[in-house]
Amino acid sequence: MLQYFVRRIVTLFFTLVIASLVIFVSLEIIPGDPASYMLGINAQEDTLQALRQELGLDKPKLERYLEWVKGMLIGDFGVSYTYRAPVIEMVSDRLWVSLPLAVYALILSTLISLPVGIYAAANRGKISDLSVMGVTQIGIAVPNFWFAMLLVYLFAIILRWFSAGGFSGWEAGLFLGLKSLTLPAISLALPQASILARVMRSSLIDTLNEDFIKTARAKGLTQNQALIKHGIRNALIPVLTIIGLQFSFLMAGAIIIENVFFLPGLGRLIFQSIAQRDIIVVESVIMLLVFSVVIVTFLVDVAYVIVDPRLRSSIL
Amino acid sequence: MKFIRKLFLVIIPLVFSVNAFAAKTDLTVGLQLEPPHLDPTGAAAGAIDQVLYSNVFEGLTRFASDGSIIPGLAKSWDVSSDGTVYTFHLNQGVKYHDGSDLDANDVKFSLDRARAEDTTNAQKALFAGITNVEVLDHHKVKVTLDKPNGNFLFNLAWGDAVIVAEESIENIKQNPIGTGPFVFDKWVQGDRIELKKNDAYWGTPAKLDGATFKFISDASAAFAAMMAEDVDVFKSFPAPEQLVQFESDPRFKVLIGSNEGETILSTNNKMEPFNNLKVRKALAHAINRQAIIDGAMFGYGTPIGTHFAPHHPAYIDLTGQSQYDPDLSKKLLAEAGFPDGFTTTLKLPPPAYARKGGEIIASQLREVGINVEISNLEWAQWLEEVFRGKDYGLTIVSHTEPFDIGIYARPEYYFQYDSKEFQKVIEDLTAETNPVQRTSLMKKAQRMIADDYVNGYLFQRAQLSVINAKVKGIWENSPTQATDLTSVYWQN
Repeated sequence: MLQYFVRRIVTLFFTLVIASLVIFVSLEIIPGDPASYMLGINAQEDTLQALRQELGLDKPKLERYLEWVKGMLIGDFGVSYTYRAPVIEMVSDRLWVSLPLAVYALILSTLISLPVGIYAAANRGKISDLSVMGVTQIGIAVPNFWFAMLLVYLFAIILRWFSAGGFSGWEAGLFLGLKSLTLPAISLALPQASILARVMRSSLIDTLNEDFIKTARAKGLTQNQALIKHGIRNALIPVLTIIGLQFSFLMAGAIIIENVFFLPGLGRLIFQSIAQRDIIVVESVIMLLVFSVVIVTFLVDVAYVIVDPRLRSSIL
Repeated sequence: MKFIRKLFLVIIPLVFSVNAFAAKTDLTVGLQLEPPHLDPTGAAAGAIDQVLYSNVFEGLTRFASDGSIIPGLAKSWDVSSDGTVYTFHLNQGVKYHDGSDLDANDVKFSLDRARAEDTTNAQKALFAGITNVEVLDHHKVKVTLDKPNGNFLFNLAWGDAVIVAEESIENIKQNPIGTGPFVFDKWVQGDRIELKKNDAYWGTPAKLDGATFKFISDASAAFAAMMAEDVDVFKSFPAPEQLVQFESDPRFKVLIGSNEGETILSTNNKMEPFNNLKVRKALAHAINRQAIIDGAMFGYGTPIGTHFAPHHPAYIDLTGQSQYDPDLSKKLLAEAGFPDGFTTTLKLPPPAYARKGGEIIASQLREVGINVEISNLEWAQWLEEVFRGKDYGLTIVSHTEPFDIGIYARPEYYFQYDSKEFQKVIEDLTAETNPVQRTSLMKKAQRMIADDYVNGYLFQRAQLSVINAKVKGIWENSPTQATDLTSVYWQN
């Protein structure tokens, strides 16, 4: 058992080292110099040199890599080249938008999709099931940015219930903060909810064919009683896995929606930093994301072992 | 700790979040690009000036809305008879936003900092001729130049030449402290910058109580924000195709002014076959400017025949010299030894004028047998490959600095035009202070680059702004990249 954990931790360590190397090298290869981006086309060569020196870009690559890694080990993610602010502060500011948005979208999508999926499974093969399948098919096919534009057109331009975008800031109050995230959250939730509803439906249908459901039916429960008491709980496992995957997608993958609603989120930070060759920000943010994915995977693996005794014997 | 503080910030205002509807005294301005930081003297980004120039920071001189140079922090100046010594008299009672006084030492500090060996000023060349800055008394400062410079007062009006204080310089990038009619209030990165009125302003105070600059990069988001009236003014509206909808809506007004963006088909003058004048001339005649303006800019833009702004008093219209004439172009190519044309590269930076214009130009050049391979680059890549590496045949870019014909006198500049004769004209122009002589030299310079067909001259970009019809005092033209809010107000 101990041996297993040591092995896992060593693997985790190497994964992080390799990821940091890949990130650093690939960002070094892409052409573009942050100093000349900032100083523009009239800058003189000595001015560029002075700025590179100020930013520490004149040092050898290996030294810069080691400094970066060393900094991260003690929790220092460096200072942005363009904004001249600590990366960790910039990221935490953006997380205050991205994280609530992801949670909001996920709650919406779960609230919509689970009842819909269950309803469809309970009525499988009937017209209502077919129409749910049709609607969710459309939900998956519609690009979320286009749906977002439709929402803006209806609710911001015609009805004027919401602003067309922007984020009020949490200082302005919880209600205004949530209000400014509502349209973005709905646009993000639509495709996720459609996928989730389909997963819920098929998972529930699979479960309904299991022996324990037949036993429950044999014991005298109606179809719906069996479904509610024994089906849903057992069908939720694949649904939860998908929710987990969707969450990490929503955290970093909302760039387009953030652009449509001009929200100051994490996705836009990465996007902007790449264009400005603010390499230190890109490197550190990607590293943070890698780190969180690796840790989550590790924890999940550990949880499997703890939960499922059969796995335990196989690794010993 | 920060987390907990923020949590409280979320919960407490819940009770007080009331949306009051009062008469508007503040303004929300939409801009496409966000400044990287807030030091106008430390980066080229136009977005810094668009937020801070004249609003928060001021220079000794400044741009008026018509592009002329008027007194700023300096109320007057004397120039020695040989034109090399400027004595500036500063306004009395000017205070920085932190309450400290502005005096001649700040001027010396700012100018010396901008021209220092290790400066990071993006426009160091503006200060190149200064040999000494001397404080005469609290409100008098003497600047000595190595030779007369007819552009000197113009140079001092740039955002890169604003006066900053030594005491607040360290944090200027995050917390800019200037002398202007607005005080920097806060910056929510990625979203907005808020300014509020400076009640202790030394000059005519601002009419607005505050201003918010919102950063909206996406064109359709800009349209929606304007239509939903979340934004009162959108400077440099990114989607000219949507202006018609604003024009037909009485809530809005569309301002079509001029700006300093000469958009050109830059040509690598040192590269085969563009080192041949006939080829460059053929290129010029192969281009149909109006088709590019209509196709890429939806009709907004003025054709130019040289690198000079049409609204400048010294401008001469030389478009006739490079009329669209594909037959002539083919003939010239044949004379130059390319009867079957040739293949070259066209490297395009991200703005729409370049990407859309590039496709139109590529098809126009194909008509005369020049085959171009288009590649789309990001700005950082463009700067590296095209601008610094000079690895390109053709590119399209808008030169937005005001009065920048002087770049043609720099043989190392990316289009690599090297003409001793032209360099002499610019040298004479810089040294000349007599307005009549200056005008004739400017005309001469315009003719020379048109005669040499250095680049393909396409069009002067229009300054397109959409404003709420009740907002008054927004500049129509854009002589510098600024959003001067000093005299903006709401009608009723």
